[in-house]
Amino acid sequence: MNIDNLLKMANQIGQFFESQPDREQALMDISTHLTNFWAPAMRRELIAHLEKSSESGLSNIVEQSLLIHKHRLIE
Amino acid sequence: MYQISEKDFGTPAQLAEQQVTLEIDGMSITVPEGTSVLRAAAMAGVNIAKLCATDSLQAFGSCRLCLVEIEGRRGYPASCTTPVAEGLKVHTETDKLATLRRGVMELYISDHPLDCLTCAANGNCELQTMAGQVGLRDVRYGYTGKNHLQDSKDESNPYFTYDPAKCIVCNRCVRACEEVQGTFALTIDGRGFNSRVAASQNETFMASECVSCGACVQACPTATLIEKSVIETGQPDHSVVTTCAYCGVGCSFRAEMKGNEVVRMIPDKQGSANEGHSCVKGRFAWNYANHADRIVNPMIRKSINDPWKEVSWHEAIEYAAKEFKRIQDKFGRTSIGGIVSSRCTNEEDYLVQKLVRAAFGNNNVDTCARVCHSPTGYGLKQTLGESAGTQTFKSVDEADVIMVIGANPTDGHPVFASRMKRRLRQGAKLIVIDPRSINLVKSAHIKADYHLKLKPGTNVAVISAIAHVIVTEQLHDKEFIKNRCEEKSFNDWLSFASRAENSPEALEAVSGVPAPLLRQAARLYASFPNAAIYYGLGVTEHAQGSTMVMGIANLAMVTGNIGRAGVGVNPLRGQNNVQGACDMGSFPHELPGYRHVSDNAIRNQFEAAWNVTIEAEPGLRIPNMFEAALDGSFKGLYCQGEDIVQSDPNTQHVTAALSAMECIVVQDLFLNETAKFAHVFLPGSSFLERDGTFTNAERRISRIRQVMPPKAGLADWEVTMALSNALGYPMNYRHPSEIMDEVASLTPTFSGVSYSRLDELGSIQWPCNTLAPEGTEVMHVDEFVRGKGKFIITQYVPTDEKVTRRFPLLLTTGRVLSQYNVGAQTRRTENVQWHDEDQLEVHPHDAEERGITDGSWVGVESRAGKTVLRAILSERMQPGVVYTTFHFPESGANVITTDNSDWASNCPEYKVTAIQLVAVKESSQWQNNYQAFNRKQIRFLSDRERIDTDMVENS
Ligand code: SF4
Ligand code: SF4
Ligand code: SF4
Ligand code: FES
Repeated sequence: MNIDNLLKMANQIGQFFESQPDREQALMDISTHLTNFWAPAMRRELIAHLEKSSESGLSNIVEQSLLIHKHRLIE
Repeated sequence: MYQISEKDFGTPAQLAEQQVTLEIDGMSITVPEGTSVLRAAAMAGVNIAKLCATDSLQAFGSCRLCLVEIEGRRGYPASCTTPVAEGLKVHTETDKLATLRRGVMELYISDHPLDCLTCAANGNCELQTMAGQVGLRDVRYGYTGKNHLQDSKDESNPYFTYDPAKCIVCNRCVRACEEVQGTFALTIDGRGFNSRVAASQNETFMASECVSCGACVQACPTATLIEKSVIETGQPDHSVVTTCAYCGVGCSFRAEMKGNEVVRMIPDKQGSANEGHSCVKGRFAWNYANHADRIVNPMIRKSINDPWKEVSWHEAIEYAAKEFKRIQDKFGRTSIGGIVSSRCTNEEDYLVQKLVRAAFGNNNVDTCARVCHSPTGYGLKQTLGESAGTQTFKSVDEADVIMVIGANPTDGHPVFASRMKRRLRQGAKLIVIDPRSINLVKSAHIKADYHLKLKPGTNVAVISAIAHVIVTEQLHDKEFIKNRCEEKSFNDWLSFASRAENSPEALEAVSGVPAPLLRQAARLYASFPNAAIYYGLGVTEHAQGSTMVMGIANLAMVTGNIGRAGVGVNPLRGQNNVQGACDMGSFPHELPGYRHVSDNAIRNQFEAAWNVTIEAEPGLRIPNMFEAALDGSFKGLYCQGEDIVQSDPNTQHVTAALSAMECIVVQDLFLNETAKFAHVFLPGSSFLERDGTFTNAERRISRIRQVMPPKAGLADWEVTMALSNALGYPMNYRHPSEIMDEVASLTPTFSGVSYSRLDELGSIQWPCNTLAPEGTEVMHVDEFVRGKGKFIITQYVPTDEKVTRRFPLLLTTGRVLSQYNVGAQTRRTENVQWHDEDQLEVHPHDAEERGITDGSWVGVESRAGKTVLRAILSERMQPGVVYTTFHFPESGANVITTDNSDWASNCPEYKVTAIQLVAVKESSQWQNNYQAFNRKQIRFLSDRERIDTDMVENS
């Protein structure tokens, strides 16, 4: 899938959770949102992109969430 | 259920608890206080003659036919305007009364054409019936006096005629237009003998303010106002109760039939959603079902560059199944999917998602609710615990303050709008939050107390600012919050809402709403006992659609406006079965009843019932399917009842995706825009041709009933079943009721629903189970479905779709009353007489700057594409914002809209597109290409290889 679109969608999700008060929880919630609503292929592509690029194009909060909760996204 | 005419009690029912006992013709009867003597008599089985009274309208007392004698009272009071009183003794038939009534009838009849035998109302005319009932035998004045027999008919309305020669000036039509519809289009013009019904300022009905709802026609006791279909076909011989196939109000109708032919659709007084009212679509725009464009034989073709070939059902289904299997073998299990529509019944929606999960073996199923109310599903589930509106429509009768956000009920949900307007005329306050001056802002006898005319895309800023005022001015319901909501979530949210950055003053520049106005509106919402929020796609179809839905839920909770009549969070659903399609598990991540596919216990139940393994991961949403098609991993689609090419945003992106696919199966009534990219066409059946249920915006499940056989031989649910069987997954339902039984057995909120229960109760609002055997009117009464209500922080994030120098204006889209969605149905009716093209509403300032004049062509360009529309200058718009509808494919409104979508649900941001306008003389390149492609596809249809229909029937 078009990685730019995936990045945009992931960053939008990040923007929402950015404003939630508990950062730990927000990082968890981002990954929960992705596992709940994104088809596995989309999650895999996102993680693969993150792993291979130095500049992922992801916001801080999304990148952090993916790094911490990667195992939840691609099992 | 099968009777033609419903009993008319003469005056409306009264709800008073106090009961009154009286005697009518020696019979004792007990009725609620306030009931008229006329109605009490009807309840006792005594039908007093009447003409100006009907039970949908307040009594008027003008015809003097319903006179009675009351012991101890003088004279002959009109029973329709006389309320009952304890111990009254009423006589309805005496010699004196008979003489008086005959005298009244004589006057009427002396000015009436006596062409009863050839009159269209013959057999169903109250004047005729009353003449019979009062025993009129002679007209002493003769028939040659002054009369109106030469007055000319008004046949301007495509659906009904007005023949003043037959008018008895009973005023019922005028009152129906006022009381029931709320349009105030009719008056009685002139005095005495000269008085006649007049539409607006003595205009024709079509030229007047009339919105063709049909209420006056229904109220008319004579043939003065009568449906043209009755004039053409004659009086019906039986009727069947069914449900309108258009909007989410879900009006109940009696399809009045002559054999297999519909004569007219009459709104059902017993229907709880509409209580006898209708709009122009459901009432009159049903004849698309018989349109010559209906395709009734299945068709296949190898490529979209080939002409179609008609084949038997068997061949079409086998071909589709073989193609799907071939694709899965080559590209993998997830390379195909299904899209189902909110226009389909619950049973059809359920079957398609079952087919995808069980026969395709993946979760790639989605519904068009993706592009309208998916944020409602998400937002209300997070905050309140259930993805549904909280009230019944009638709840609005108890609202003190009504807040309408991003909805245009008079056009989108007309029958509910009439009800809302009635409440507003009774004095309820109105707050409208909308970029446009919708009709509700100012119309006959209605004026919004506040109209917050925000800039498109700033809903969340406005809702946060309202919340800010409420909490900082201590207007919140502390008791409710303490008892009913999560403490931590409230405290977090409270500190968020209280921040200075969320004050109306701080957000004024962003939203364009003057802070003092917003403050007053917030106070109004919070300061009455019952405040109700109604919202539509102007809330959901935004990059922050889900956030806004949560903001609305926050607002209802913080003011304690939830859990009883008169309050609540009410999403006005676009299409008839948006709620139902979502309930039935049409989303890729959810099984029926909003249960996530990853929930092992739930999935196991379905696996056991369906005898199959279900994928535990969510599938692709509609926009994901397009993306996957473009990257080559999604190749096959089963699309039932939905026209994604016309209705989804960024048309060129959608058509590129579809062109990249190998097998698209479209099931529909017509060769819609998506079907032009299809390889298999399976003819659909109209709402008159099949059984099933729809669930409206109130969670109300209502039956649609088959009144004629499917034109193509199979009903839609049978087609899905055949496809599933051909794919090797057996489905063997004998009737849609068995599908509903299966839904009920697997879905706790539906466990009490069955066709026999629906027949018994008329309709049922889910949840319906052992806890609520008759269904649930108001949700979250004692506690929220999720336990405690959860406040969620709704930080405003500006959309990426920003105005720039290149695209300095914002386009927002919507709909009109006479057309429905992509227009596939309404464009094929006389409704085009009201609206025959999509037009662009532009503020005169924006127009002037660009040399655009009223009625001229204007090029509209966005990042996504370019089209040309006719401009209409309108001050309903604010400068900087333009508006159009998307009912006609050739206008290409969605060529302009972009891929931007809601962060949580991917619902497209139809309501905000940055554009530029230029005056032009000719159509856009896209339109030229479209015309050429369309001509080719129409030719492929008309040149199709025909099949011998006898052979099809025998196959
Ligand atoms: S048009 Fe019909 S309803 Fe209206 S005043 Fe005349 S008879 Fe009565
Ligand atoms: S059709 Fe409806 S809007 Fe038109 S005049 Fe009759 S009641 Fe009024
Ligand atoms: S309001 Fe909606 S459901 Fe009712 S008649 Fe009109 S289109 Fe049909
Ligand atoms: S019906 Fe009572 S006055 Fe006409």
